[in-house]
Amino acid sequence: MTGMELFWTWVAAFLTLSIYSFLYKDNPFYKFAEHLVVGVSVGYIFTINWHQGLHPYLFNPLAASWEHPYNLLRVIPLILGLLFLLRISRKYNWLSRFTIALVMGIGCGTAIPPTIETRIIQQTKASMINIIDQPSLWAGFCAVTILVGTISTLIYFFFSKEHKGILGGTARLGIVFLMVGFGASFGYTVMARISLLIGRLNFLINDWVIGTWNFIAG
Amino acid sequence: MKFLFFLLQMDRRIVFVLVALAVVAPLIMPLNLPIVVGDKVRRLYDAIDQLPARSRPVLVSVDYDPSTVPELQPMTLAVLRHCFSKEIPVIVTTMFPTGAGLARDAMETVAKEYPNLSYGTDYAYMGYKPGYSLVILGIGENFQATYPSDGYGTPSSKLPILKNVKNYDDIAIMVDFTASAAYEVWIMFAHQKYGCKVGAGVTAVMASDAYPYLNSGQLEGLLGGLSGAAEYEKLIGAPGTATIGMDAQSIAHILIIVLIILGNVAYFATRRHREPAQTATPQQGGSA
Repeated sequence: MTGMELFWTWVAAFLTLSIYSFLYKDNPFYKFAEHLVVGVSVGYIFTINWHQGLHPYLFNPLAASWEHPYNLLRVIPLILGLLFLLRISRKYNWLSRFTIALVMGIGCGTAIPPTIETRIIQQTKASMINIIDQPSLWAGFCAVTILVGTISTLIYFFFSKEHKGILGGTARLGIVFLMVGFGASFGYTVMARISLLIGRLNFLINDWVIGTWNFIAG
Repeated sequence: MKFLFFLLQMDRRIVFVLVALAVVAPLIMPLNLPIVVGDKVRRLYDAIDQLPARSRPVLVSVDYDPSTVPELQPMTLAVLRHCFSKEIPVIVTTMFPTGAGLARDAMETVAKEYPNLSYGTDYAYMGYKPGYSLVILGIGENFQATYPSDGYGTPSSKLPILKNVKNYDDIAIMVDFTASAAYEVWIMFAHQKYGCKVGAGVTAVMASDAYPYLNSGQLEGLLGGLSGAAEYEKLIGAPGTATIGMDAQSIAHILIIVLIILGNVAYFATRRHREPAQTATPQQGGSA
């Protein structure tokens, strides 16, 4: 580890500890680190978009439009993009609606058909059982569980009839499946948060403490 | 009874300290607990492993930012190592501006371990491309028109790895690493529209949402959180930071399970001895 690497490791360690100090209580170190993260993130995202977005796909082609007149078409998205900025003007903010309408139109047009196909049709197909094709008894049990779970959960969200009798019983079964789903999500969330803690503590122990020790020891 | 009341009134900062100790201790003194490889991880491994050397490339999209690096970077590195070790060409890209540095760092880290492979022929970094779903759609129409140059500014036409890559038909499989619903966009457009095989590596928070796509066959395989990364590291025989972290993960989980059980036991055992108002809201006042 070089001296400069050690310096930045100490900066990272200081910021990590500043953020974790919030666990004790709110304090200026936490506030400083929090604001730094927001500022650096915005600056970083802007810079990346400038160098890897606007420059190669807008400014450079426009600059070369003498040789490739077709590139002048890029003025259209440039104007539409600039209209977005008029949101800050009280007088002309209505002009930004053209861009918003275009983005929404393209977004809906491209997203709705594949969304229906991906999230509804394919998922409905996957919920249907073909007992003959199941490779094992366990796979068959899983397939039946998915079918029963899907139907009972959907019935729980059916509000056009009072949940009584068979409908009520099936809806209660749906609640059980929902609870199992929430439990799985909670378990995974705990795992995710612990993973992040492991990542930071691993950094503090190995990179910061041991790294500094090794640097001093030569 | 006193102990049970103490549990109910315990300062949450004691829990923080206990969790920190449960994580630090195994990091200092590894227990080497076994890692069992699940079916969902093995499916992605098999999908990549069966590809012949120098065949169609694997497209890797690094769609995450530094906040989820501990979970997602190990799985990105593991999949890249797998591809590099088998000499399967790899194209790395990102749809997130904050993923640009991470994607390049992951690729360059693994590339250093395989000096026999060369940039442009065996692997390429396409950088960040704004547009997200439109980029994913664009790859399906014309890869080189969507990416006229790589992440270093070299024209795509000069990269031999892209010579035969016209669209998704020329991609063996794409693997998306993400902490968001980006993998769903890849499924929607790359898989459903163009028939490209899609695998995913997601944070543990996202994993339960991704299971339905695995069950329906829309995902080839799934790596979920740190455990998914550790399982992949085990399959390729290259233990990394995920494997190191799994001991800490297991011990922390045991601690949390114990705390949940103790909390529930204390709550129900002391119910009769508490005032009705306390029974209704046992966790008020900043206690754990």
